[in-house]
Amino acid sequence: MSNQAPVHQGRLKTPFYSRLEKLDFVNEWHQWKGYSSADSLYCSDTEYFAIRNATAVFDLTPMTKYRITGPDSLDYLNRLVTRDMAKIKPGRVAYAVWCDDQGQVIDDGTIFHIREGEYRLCSQERHFAWLQAAAIGFDVTITHETGDVAALAVQGPTSFSTLNNMGFEGLADLKPFGLKHFDFQGRELMISRTGFTGDLGYELWIEPAKAEALWDALFEAGKLHGIRAIGTTALELSRIEAGFLAAYMEFLPADETVRTGRSRSPLELGLEWLVDFKKPNFNGRRALAEEKRHGSTWQLVKLDIEGNKVAHSSYIFGQEKSNKAAIGFVTSAAWSPVCKQNIALGTVRAPRGKPGDTLWVEVYYQREMHWNRHMAKARVVDKPFWFPPRRGATPPGPY
Amino acid sequence: MKTYDAIVVGAGHNGLTNAAFLARAGLDVVCVEKNDYIGGAAVSRNLYKDWWYSNCSYVCSLLRPEIYRALELHRHGLQITPYGGSVQFMENGDYYGSYHDEEVAYREMARFSRHDADAYKRYSADTMRQCRFIRDFLLSTAPDPSSFKPKDLRELARIGGKFMEMGEDRMYDTIRFWTMSVAEYLDEYFETDVIKAAMSGSGIIGTALGIHSPGTAYVLLHHYMGEVDGNVGSWGFARGGMGAVSNAIAGAFKAAGGELRTEAGVDQIIVKNGKAVGVALDNGDEIHANVVVSAMDVKRTFLDCIAKGDLPSEFHHRVENFKIRGSSGKVNIALDGLPTFPALPEGSSLYHSDMHFIDSMERMERAYDDWKDGRWSEDPYIDMLIPTLTDPTMAPPGKHFMSCFVQYCPHKIEGRDWTIAEKDAFGQTVINQIANYSPDFKDLILHAEIRTPQDIEAEIGITEGNIFHGELTMDQLLFNRPIPGYAQYRSPIGGLYMCGSSTHPGGGVMAAPGANAAREILSDLKRPNTVPENFGDD
Amino acid sequence: MTDQYDAIIVGAGHNGLVCSALLARAGKRVLVLEANEQVGGAAITREFADGYSVSACAHLLYQLQPAVRKELKLTPRMASSELTTIALGEGGKHLRLDNKQVEGVNREDAAHYREFRKRMSRFSDLLRKFFNKPPPRLGSKDLKDLVTLGQLGLDLRMLGKDEMREFLRLIGMNIYDELTERFEHPLLRGAISLDAVLGTHLGPRSPNTIMTYLYRQAGDHGQCGIPAGGMGSVSNELAHVARSEGATIRTGIPVKRIIVENGRVAGVETEFGDRFDSFTVISNADPKRTIMDLIGVKHVETGFTRRIHHLRAKGNAAKLHLALDGLPNFAGLSKKDFVERLVIAPSANYVERAFNPAKYGESSPKPVIEMTFPSCRDETMAPTGKHVMSAVVQYAPYDLNGGWTDEAKAAFEKVVIETIAEYAPDIGGRVTASELLTPVDIEREFHISGGHWHHAELTLDQFMFVRPVSSAAQYSMPLEGLYLCGAGTHPGGGVSGAAGRNAARTILSREKAA
Repeated sequence: MSNQAPVHQGRLKTPFYSRLEKLDFVNEWHQWKGYSSADSLYCSDTEYFAIRNATAVFDLTPMTKYRITGPDSLDYLNRLVTRDMAKIKPGRVAYAVWCDDQGQVIDDGTIFHIREGEYRLCSQERHFAWLQAAAIGFDVTITHETGDVAALAVQGPTSFSTLNNMGFEGLADLKPFGLKHFDFQGRELMISRTGFTGDLGYELWIEPAKAEALWDALFEAGKLHGIRAIGTTALELSRIEAGFLAAYMEFLPADETVRTGRSRSPLELGLEWLVDFKKPNFNGRRALAEEKRHGSTWQLVKLDIEGNKVAHSSYIFGQEKSNKAAIGFVTSAAWSPVCKQNIALGTVRAPRGKPGDTLWVEVYYQREMHWNRHMAKARVVDKPFWFPPRRGATPPGPY
Repeated sequence: MKTYDAIVVGAGHNGLTNAAFLARAGLDVVCVEKNDYIGGAAVSRNLYKDWWYSNCSYVCSLLRPEIYRALELHRHGLQITPYGGSVQFMENGDYYGSYHDEEVAYREMARFSRHDADAYKRYSADTMRQCRFIRDFLLSTAPDPSSFKPKDLRELARIGGKFMEMGEDRMYDTIRFWTMSVAEYLDEYFETDVIKAAMSGSGIIGTALGIHSPGTAYVLLHHYMGEVDGNVGSWGFARGGMGAVSNAIAGAFKAAGGELRTEAGVDQIIVKNGKAVGVALDNGDEIHANVVVSAMDVKRTFLDCIAKGDLPSEFHHRVENFKIRGSSGKVNIALDGLPTFPALPEGSSLYHSDMHFIDSMERMERAYDDWKDGRWSEDPYIDMLIPTLTDPTMAPPGKHFMSCFVQYCPHKIEGRDWTIAEKDAFGQTVINQIANYSPDFKDLILHAEIRTPQDIEAEIGITEGNIFHGELTMDQLLFNRPIPGYAQYRSPIGGLYMCGSSTHPGGGVMAAPGANAAREILSDLKRPNTVPENFGDD
Repeated sequence: MTDQYDAIIVGAGHNGLVCSALLARAGKRVLVLEANEQVGGAAITREFADGYSVSACAHLLYQLQPAVRKELKLTPRMASSELTTIALGEGGKHLRLDNKQVEGVNREDAAHYREFRKRMSRFSDLLRKFFNKPPPRLGSKDLKDLVTLGQLGLDLRMLGKDEMREFLRLIGMNIYDELTERFEHPLLRGAISLDAVLGTHLGPRSPNTIMTYLYRQAGDHGQCGIPAGGMGSVSNELAHVARSEGATIRTGIPVKRIIVENGRVAGVETEFGDRFDSFTVISNADPKRTIMDLIGVKHVETGFTRRIHHLRAKGNAAKLHLALDGLPNFAGLSKKDFVERLVIAPSANYVERAFNPAKYGESSPKPVIEMTFPSCRDETMAPTGKHVMSAVVQYAPYDLNGGWTDEAKAAFEKVVIETIAEYAPDIGGRVTASELLTPVDIEREFHISGGHWHHAELTLDQFMFVRPVSSAAQYSMPLEGLYLCGAGTHPGGGVSGAAGRNAARTILSREKAA
């Protein structure tokens, strides 16, 4: 039965909104899954350097969250995603992708093994219908909990120092993709060493009623560590530097694509390391095994492009001279301030796009109204553009 | 006496479109219309004081943008304003609204079911895939699968290619989509009764089938495949009412040198030596032409206007059995002010939307059971709109026009003609259902025009007042429409063509049949084609 | 000797038996496991009251495919064959119709009926061709699929231009319109409507019912008969043939699950804990039961599970068995007429109205009924001088509001007997024992999900290429070694043996290719 209060017509506010509003100088907001989310609060360039140089705080409450519990939760997840969830013990987090029967990616996300048999799945898009369909025949309960959990990303080299100031005992031992529970003012605070920036960083999960208190305590603790709230623009730049995928950029959710061939498999997205053919049956297994035998159609590439003109929406070519037959296109591009590199993610026709390949991108850029274009050499690289040692260091240094 | 190149019979939107494209190819064309106004079922009528009623078709989406552009309808006064959303009033006092804003729409759906809110994206993608598939064939002639002509084989191969391109699983989905019922189609996505009820209406509008009848999922497309400015599935109001559409097309026709004659009903199409040579009007006049194009429905064309002896008997038999059923009526109401719907918050955007008063699949289907027994639905499915909220030109300031499309409403009551009392009772059924949700509504009524299928038939000329000129069932679609073997706008009589909604791709104010027929006629006459091509990939 | 078989068939329904016989003939070591004590699945004969026997589920033989008959050299002994259908009318004014002509109507109707039947026969002949081979996979580049698809198109074209057009027009249509166009007599319209809707969740006005009508004719051209000893004797003959080909058939052994190991089928485990090994397991059970219960969804994928989950398979046909102390008096029928097939479907509208409540979870207050009195020609069915009536009754929806409680069953049985009593007023007084099997009872006794005749609704969206579900129409399931051979697969239900035969041929030809 519905509750009869009329639906809220405007944008929703997260539990941190009152704090963000105070720090907001530029009033640049967009909607993220119905919530107001800041593009930038002060200056996105400065915000970006908070990620790479100090402590950046990003409100990720609108991220879609599901709680998965019940005796079959492991079997359920193991059929849902391509990697072996049996290896993810309580207190660990897994980055995972899930596919349809055709082995096409529906979405990627993180799965938190909160306690024995209790998981949180966190993703960009909403998937309740798919998660329910996947639950037919399993004894699991899936609860949508996006609005029930307030979440912050606390990222950057001084993020550990900031959180350490708050007195979270044992945080130093938390390895990447680990999670721990702490007490915060008598309530449970979950901290995971995860993030979307490719840097040292944590994510904090708490009930909405304690959100503002947590924010205040965090900013107090980070005062001397350069703590700063950030918006999406800065985060997006760090995401590309880290080589992470974004839905609707590097891939479309397979169940929402209309045209044939517009979806991507994990193999095509360079996520073969996430596909475990040795574990029991999972969605997409047959199709992916077939794809592995016969070869993929597409290949995701990380490109290091010569020059400094950002390759937004560029076509990718195999050769410099022939700009007739494009073999692909750029999906995300940026100038990396920290790497001083012109970087991009793109998709090209396999088997092109192996690490070390040289490709060409046609770059379009505007200078004082006039548009220019030129062919730029692009090297396919294997590793993320930005992967500092501090990202993996346990215990993290004080930086 | 003058011999025209072509006579188009019936100045509905398809007849006018056909006439306009023929005239643009340099043909000398006259379009004749029985009524003293043009537009057929796409009209704005002044039936009460200063109110203008879109008294038949009432909203616009299907009108092919290629035709809109080619005929430069904006220059002839046409302007389409999109409107959004719909609301389903519920017996328990709640309502389910659908909103233009994606997130608000999502939240509203999630208020009933989180599952359904998330399932909607897959539903949209799957349905859009079917729209894209069919949209590609709207501006082309359906191939004859039993023919070996290169043109048919080429078009069959094109359809086959488009079909194959979908990939194995989606091909199967397509087969299922074209054959299943809208209720079962929706069951595969949604769990909430009121949400399914809200969506199922599009599967039965204008159709003598219930939501559980196989084949109704396809009918959804006739309400989803349209667009306003590239927003596929959007609907809009023609400023000034649906007559603006017909007037604009007529403007394009006249600008191309065409001649329009109203109050010129056709009594007979004159056939000599197996060839159509002109028409004899009701007043006894004759007009001669090399080509006669009928925009009337197939039954009216061949059973009323052509001597049985001039037709092959099998064809005649087929036409007799062509299914064209009165299943919907219309109630048009002039209002002294805006009625309130207390369930809605004040100023809700849903006042501008399609309003419905049935909240369950069972009620939808039961409405159909009444019709099968030859009665109007006691608890009908009403698609109600107040166009004056978007287009104030249709009523005096502060006053309103309300359009109610009503289903089901039979052509005959238990096999006999409607009585005046029954017609009133039918209108009262509609008014009462709305009044259940709007206590001040009845007091605001200044004038109501009640139209049963019989009235629509008598005035517009469409057999049984069927809005699509023939049921949209598989046996009457594509190469089966209207008659297998005669699905390419030609008839068994030389020089006689069909261009109405009885032909592919069927009804709705789409203008595609008129345009497609023009292309075939021009090709037969070896004239340059003036009909635009599909815009493609959308 | 280990218990390793070349193939294990779960369920000894007629399709399972046909499949086992053909595999055994090809030299396979085949084991058939049947949960019930008798073979035959829904084609069995059993006692329902002391001394009274009846074909418990299916009760007429009309669809057994000639190809199956021929290949397995089946010669079912018939108590009666080429039955006439007597459409019961008011005041003893009945119609008699068979697959060629009708008596009791005016000349036009009679002529139209002959013409109608001729055309329907031509079309059902075409369907029979389709039914006796697995449907091709669409979009496949496999030569075999392309050839089958081409053959299909060619068969269609071979009808000739006009007939092909007519076939394509009719196949999606409802029978009601066709009947209204052609015939005047309401009884004739009613009787044909009944044939089009028996065993389905459709009314005569539902599009698709010409297809279901043709479906019924695609065996013996619509001729039906009653086997001596009931339908069980056909199953017994099939079991006998299968055994003589070398198949092992064991009854009273319910399969608990189909074992999956290393991502493929490895055998079955019985309710008694025994294990039988085989890399090929063929399920004669319906698709839902096979995937949801016997396999377990974790061994298949979510999209496939969802499709199986949405498979429509809710039965509407109930069976009523009456033990009678003598034949009832039907106005206008003589004693010899009781060997025929009697139907109560006085008009197409009557049938449609009987269907209406089924849409809302209610049973028909005025049901449609198909009756036989098998004891008239077969004294093994009832004590001397006594009789049995076996009737199919529609509509009795599986998911009746409030469920099929004893009270609901008693009330429905009363409705049925009262309906018959309108034609045979003394029937109520002659009943000494009765048994009503609703779809829920059929589900329980015959292990068919939803108690549906066809294991899955027989509509175009669950037909041919998409039966039971997309990407699984060729008997093989998306799990290595798992096959289906029951009515839920192409072409569908009815005691035809077509699915079992097609499945066996698919398995054998795959093996040859591999």
